Amino acid sequence: MATLTVPAVVPPVAEDCEQLHKAFEGWGTNEKLIISVLAHRDAAHRRAIRRAYAEAYGKELLRALGDEIHGKFERAVILWTLEPAERDAVLANEEAKKWHPGGRALVEIACTRTPAQLFAARQAYHDRFKRSLEEDVAAHVTGDFRKLLVPLVSAYRYDGPEVNISLAHSEAKILHEKIHKKGYSDEEIIRILTTRSKAQLLATFNSYKDQFDHPINKDLKADPKDEFLATLRAIIRCFICPDRYFEKILRLALGGMGTDEDDLTRVIATRAEFDLKLIKEAYQKRNSVPLERAVAKDTTRDYEDILLALLGAE
Amino acid sequence: MGDEVQQLTRAFSGTVSICHRNETCFDRSIILQLLLPLMPSLIIISCDDQLNAKRIEGLGGLGVDEPTMVSALARWRKQPEKRSGFRKGFPGFFKSHGDIDRCEEEYMLHLAAEFARFKNLMVLWAMHPWERDARLAHHVLHQHHPPAILVEVASTRSADELLGARRAYHQLFHHSLEEDVAYRAKDKPYCNLLVGLVSAYRYEGPRVNEEVAREEAKALGAAVKSAAAGGKKLAAVAENGEVVRILTTRSKPHLVETFKYYKEMHGRRIEEDLVGHGHGEEEETLVETVLCLAAPARYFSKVMEGALRDGADHHAKEALTRVAVTRSDHDMDEIRDAYLEQFGVKLEDAIAAKAHGHYRDALLSLVGAHHQQ
Repeated sequence: MATLTVPAVVPPVAEDCEQLHKAFEGWGTNEKLIISVLAHRDAAHRRAIRRAYAEAYGKELLRALGDEIHGKFERAVILWTLEPAERDAVLANEEAKKWHPGGRALVEIACTRTPAQLFAARQAYHDRFKRSLEEDVAAHVTGDFRKLLVPLVSAYRYDGPEVNISLAHSEAKILHEKIHKKGYSDEEIIRILTTRSKAQLLATFNSYKDQFDHPINKDLKADPKDEFLATLRAIIRCFICPDRYFEKILRLALGGMGTDEDDLTRVIATRAEFDLKLIKEAYQKRNSVPLERAVAKDTTRDYEDILLALLGAE
Repeated sequence: MGDEVQQLTRAFSGTVSICHRNETCFDRSIILQLLLPLMPSLIIISCDDQLNAKRIEGLGGLGVDEPTMVSALARWRKQPEKRSGFRKGFPGFFKSHGDIDRCEEEYMLHLAAEFARFKNLMVLWAMHPWERDARLAHHVLHQHHPPAILVEVASTRSADELLGARRAYHQLFHHSLEEDVAYRAKDKPYCNLLVGLVSAYRYEGPRVNEEVAREEAKALGAAVKSAAAGGKKLAAVAENGEVVRILTTRSKPHLVETFKYYKEMHGRRIEEDLVGHGHGEEEETLVETVLCLAAPARYFSKVMEGALRDGADHHAKEALTRVAVTRSDHDMDEIRDAYLEQFGVKLEDAIAAKAHGHYRDALLSLVGAHHQQ
């Protein structure tokens, strides 16, 4: 499920630190060396490397990286090197501070991570930013989006398989009713989407399809320009089919003129150690082209190298 | 014998019933003379056929005096006439039906609650604090205990304690706490406030942004003013998005600063502005939130006083056990100080005056006093 490739015998942490330090030495930077180390270590190793590097050279590894490399490559390497919880905290903070209705990082963090991972992100947020995640989201997001996003990121959902089927039927009916009255930001819709467990939500969406003969997202397409509706659809897709949700983000990022590097980096860096393999399969299925080829076509040099390394294609 | 009867009736939760109109209650009037100077919690009720259950609730103290009861067993062994005299001397508990003095149903229920007080305390004490808070929250949602308990649990625990309680709630009830709160409170005006409170994972460090605190104090003042000016009930304040945002997401040190600025700007403490606008559940929930966040020791001391005063109802009395057990390891010293400051009496003295037996001793131990019997 993960695409991250780690060598069968991982070199000792001290050796990795030395290699990285060597990569920074002298004029220029040995980007290939950086990639060959960092892009092939799991989260525990990367944490150990950061700690050892700071002890050995008196400087934070991420700070050193920031000094040596720049632009899209730097962002990709730094995001990747962070631990998953910190990474989510950083992405959440970036989005909250400069929030705009099309933002998806908060939705992804709240809906594709397990409840434990979301909570770890909130703890990492405290440590790094000295405020709570919900505090910043509430302070920077306004209107209906705030009503939706604050409870979304504050939830600590039940993680188990227990489902109340009759409740799923009745809540599917409630959703249908509110959607039909075009009350998209109704408190009931928000309550159901932001508090029910994933298992319960899946049962509810299934019941919706059974009762009304089409999936719930079909009813949320009334206005293609409505960003709030798009956000609701994104939340629902993140629960039902996260791999296809991410596939679409990648497809839109790589397609058309230009490339949306922020989205591309975010998806690859956050999913490489989780379910990027499934996303690759979804991409191949939908686009008849392997994801690696599409990435190689649209990106260049070191940025391309690290993305391909994280995709497991080296 | 009058002496011993009096002792035993007092042991049964300090309730004594005296018939003051019926001439046949001749013996009882003697007991009345004996008892009056000796019993601080003497309640007089009439010898009507139907004892009013509500009046029984406010009777006597809390808990039962187990040692006295046990000693009566020994002293009156093989003396059924003493027991019979006791039954005749306690018409609140027993009602004469010809040869037999029957037990009163309402009183039996009352006794069951009083005997159970010590048991409930011990069970609550033994539980893991996370399970304890999860069960307390569940009782609010599924057994209609007062919502103040939910506010209390969400606002006075540390961020990690609240997280632990939420985790315990998952394991015990297979739902998330916020899911159940959102569902049960969905038609109430304070729904968003409660859901926000139980979902919060507040930053716990000391850093406070003074400017933001000042702005937010202004925003709170504006919300209160507009509700009062519009003649709306304070439910409008509880629904105000800014108020909910500030109260449910900001860190506690930040809120303390914000409330300080509020007092500077408006001349009164925010809880004073919120109180006195009616006593609906909505107003109380908001006031409790502010009190719990700003000054938990004073809040808890008020709750305890509410449990110890005359006429306290069933839920108010249960609060005594809850506060004693849940705060004993945390801020009980501050609560004792606040109690003395607010009510002029030592908390341990107030408890000793109202409670009996093992329950009293348990409370005194939890409260941290060393009261000599």
